[in-house]
Amino acid sequence: MESVVINVLGLAAIVLTVWWFWLAPKGSRQPAAGVAEALQILVKDGVYEPDRIRIAAGKATVLKFRREDASPCAEWVLFPDLEISAQLAVDQVTEVQLPAADAGEYPFHCQMQMYRGTLIVE
Amino acid sequence: MTETSSMSPQTFRLQGVSCAGCVKKIESALGRVSGVEDARVNLGDKTLVVQGSATAQACIAAVESAGYGAEAVQVNARVLRAQQREEEQAHYRQLLWRSGIALGLGVPLMIWGLVTGEMGVHNTAQQIAWGSVGLLTLAVLVFCGGHFFTGAWRAFRHHSATMDTLVALGTGTAWLFSMLVVLLPHVLPESARHVYFEASAMIIGLINLGQALEVRARGRTSAAVEKLLQLQDPNARVIRDGEEIDIPIDQVMVGDKLRVRPGEKIPVDGRVIEGESLVDEAMLTGEPLPVKKAGGDALTAGTLNKNGSLVFAAEKVGADTRLAQIIQMVKNAQSSRVPIARLADTISSIFVPSVMIIAVVAALVWYNWGPDPKIAHMLVVLTSVLIIACPCALGLATPMSVMVGVGKGAENGVLVRNGKALQQATDLDTLVVDKTGTLTEGAPKLTDIECDGDADALLQQLASLESRSEHPLAEAIVSAAREKQLSLSDVQGFEAITAHGVRAEVDGKTVLLGNRKLMQREGIDPGKWTEKAEALAEQGRTAMYAAVDGAMAGIIAVAGPIREDAQAAVARLKKLGLRIEMLTGDNRATAEAVARQLGIDHVHADLLPEDKEKIVADLQKNHAKVGMAGDGINDAPALARADVGFAIGAGTDVAIESADVTLMRSSLHGVADAVELSRATLRNIKQNLFGAFIYNTLGIPIAAGVLYPITGMLLSPVIAGAAMAFSSVTVVSNANRLRFFKPSQNGGTA
Ligand SMILES: [Cu+2]
Repeated sequence: MESVVINVLGLAAIVLTVWWFWLAPKGSRQPAAGVAEALQILVKDGVYEPDRIRIAAGKATVLKFRREDASPCAEWVLFPDLEISAQLAVDQVTEVQLPAADAGEYPFHCQMQMYRGTLIVE
Repeated sequence: MTETSSMSPQTFRLQGVSCAGCVKKIESALGRVSGVEDARVNLGDKTLVVQGSATAQACIAAVESAGYGAEAVQVNARVLRAQQREEEQAHYRQLLWRSGIALGLGVPLMIWGLVTGEMGVHNTAQQIAWGSVGLLTLAVLVFCGGHFFTGAWRAFRHHSATMDTLVALGTGTAWLFSMLVVLLPHVLPESARHVYFEASAMIIGLINLGQALEVRARGRTSAAVEKLLQLQDPNARVIRDGEEIDIPIDQVMVGDKLRVRPGEKIPVDGRVIEGESLVDEAMLTGEPLPVKKAGGDALTAGTLNKNGSLVFAAEKVGADTRLAQIIQMVKNAQSSRVPIARLADTISSIFVPSVMIIAVVAALVWYNWGPDPKIAHMLVVLTSVLIIACPCALGLATPMSVMVGVGKGAENGVLVRNGKALQQATDLDTLVVDKTGTLTEGAPKLTDIECDGDADALLQQLASLESRSEHPLAEAIVSAAREKQLSLSDVQGFEAITAHGVRAEVDGKTVLLGNRKLMQREGIDPGKWTEKAEALAEQGRTAMYAAVDGAMAGIIAVAGPIREDAQAAVARLKKLGLRIEMLTGDNRATAEAVARQLGIDHVHADLLPEDKEKIVADLQKNHAKVGMAGDGINDAPALARADVGFAIGAGTDVAIESADVTLMRSSLHGVADAVELSRATLRNIKQNLFGAFIYNTLGIPIAAGVLYPITGMLLSPVIAGAAMAFSSVTVVSNANRLRFFKPSQNGGTA
């Protein structure tokens, strides 16, 4: 009895992990946030919030990051495809200037890729 | 007085702003101020950002007229950096505290367990005793490790998993299991009634300690940018209405007249109006000798005025100065990625969920097939695997090295554009070098003039002709004439014949100056001059034929003196395994003479500007990894085509923006420095990646218990915690070793 419970729990944990972290996000993504003037991207506890940001193609854009996580993970934000990066100051809003980009999806993340987000240019 | 350049926005801190209504009022008040293009209030941090040419005073007055208070904030990079430093320090101390408290509980518990071996729960007294320890541990988990749990939860909600997830799962599992043992010992077999509170507390303590050490080591990785920031003085002395006043550097405007006294730093970029002095530019260019500056010469912010007093006009201020551009570029490059990191990137993006799955699989294997006590083994394996894996080490392996390597380059006058350029510079095998300006001094001089008649008369005619030409050799002729104080005549019908020479009417005579092809084209027989020209070319000089009214008049020769350090630099590059090929528009004999003196075996002479790019492309077709060194402006296509383009030439602004590597010093030694630096950095990255891969590929199986058959023991979660905490510290420290990199031979001693 005990062994059945433990094995089922273990297998369920594996299935849930696969589903939640790998499969689910593709199906049920939160809608991407458009860049409004007031939009601040909160950098806290391992996630960018919002982590999907929509900007217009062919137009330079400014993103505002507010870093509230003092741990070193959050220190930099990189847009590798755009060759843009910025060092974020703790408890402050840092403006990141993005050049005009072609339509497409550009990932952005912290130096160690623990924080991840997607920039949707359309 | 407090006017700022219209380019950069001004920021104000507001008082008394509390709602959206206030925002409206202030913004519309500013809208009425002339010169304001855009005004925005941020209610969150109570700031106002104004774009446009309005003065700060006018903006403040407008805010006050709307009934609020405002003061200008100088968002100066240095101040910002200092603030950040402080934050970092505070965070460091906080981590140490958390670590101390957690270890303060964990260590005594562990010692108790080791000495007495009594960590089991078999009677009520033990239930009460361990129950209270469990509550203490819970307090430690909340106060010292709470951020792991909140972080894990938040990330979980976003379908993502981070290091926090692993720590929270690992320590949480250990604590929950132990609490189960305390509360309901009977449901578990005798052998599994063991508590792991010490593991939870120790792991939290160790990981906080590891992060503290990482924060400290990281501070050092940005030392280079800090040094650059410190080159800028906070104040400048401006001359206004005949008076000299000290003002903050952010308030200097383009066109201001500034004074720098001996021993002071140049505050902004500009041009000398008055005075003469030696200026030490080593901090930016690596050029060891101070440069003499007099009226009209350019000054660069951050360089040091040595002995004279200078008055100069500000041309670029704030973010437009070359120093600011360099800082920005270094920062950008420091956080760019190297191609070699691609695999590590892919792995770290799926890493944490994978580890969670591995942990559960390993735990189930131990439960189903392992020896007794099964439940205890299952738990230890689950916790250890979760705890030992650290995505940080893997994620940090490349960025930390790039950060230090790029910064180190900046200290040596080597500006790398991004991580990709840094990596490509390591495996170059061919270096194509543009002769003029790189191997030879940029400005050629007139060396010989030979003719049958009056040499000065010919020089006068040729200089008059060349005064219309933009060819670099022309300048040598014109300045030679000027030195002899010959007055130039008017020129009519000037014509430049591409790749041949120039022609014009000077004082009613048709004067031609160019190469032999030009004479052939015009049907003029050079006669005996051919021999003389060849003899001059043998010596590395560029000889040109001059004809007046259809008859040969003589030849003149121009040469760029070979740069002092070129020979040593070439030798050094050869030692680094690079094959050096010289490119030049000069004729073959001249080029070969220079090449001989420098020990260069391959010469491409008689080139048109567009040929350079083709040569680079041809070399690449033969699978050569080609670096191209040139002075950045006319070599642009070839620089862009090369695997790595080295723009040499005191870092003109264009070059800084477009070249892969910009050398602040006009010397080939810079290329050697860059290659050495990139090789050192790549070696460091490989060590880090290797370390991180080894750590995880060995760590996870060991935590999963593969060594059990040999050692008869499972890895304690505490050891796993220590290993995790220090893996990222190791990576950061190893990257920091790069700070001690020194180019093998600094050309500066010459
Ligand atoms: Cu991390």
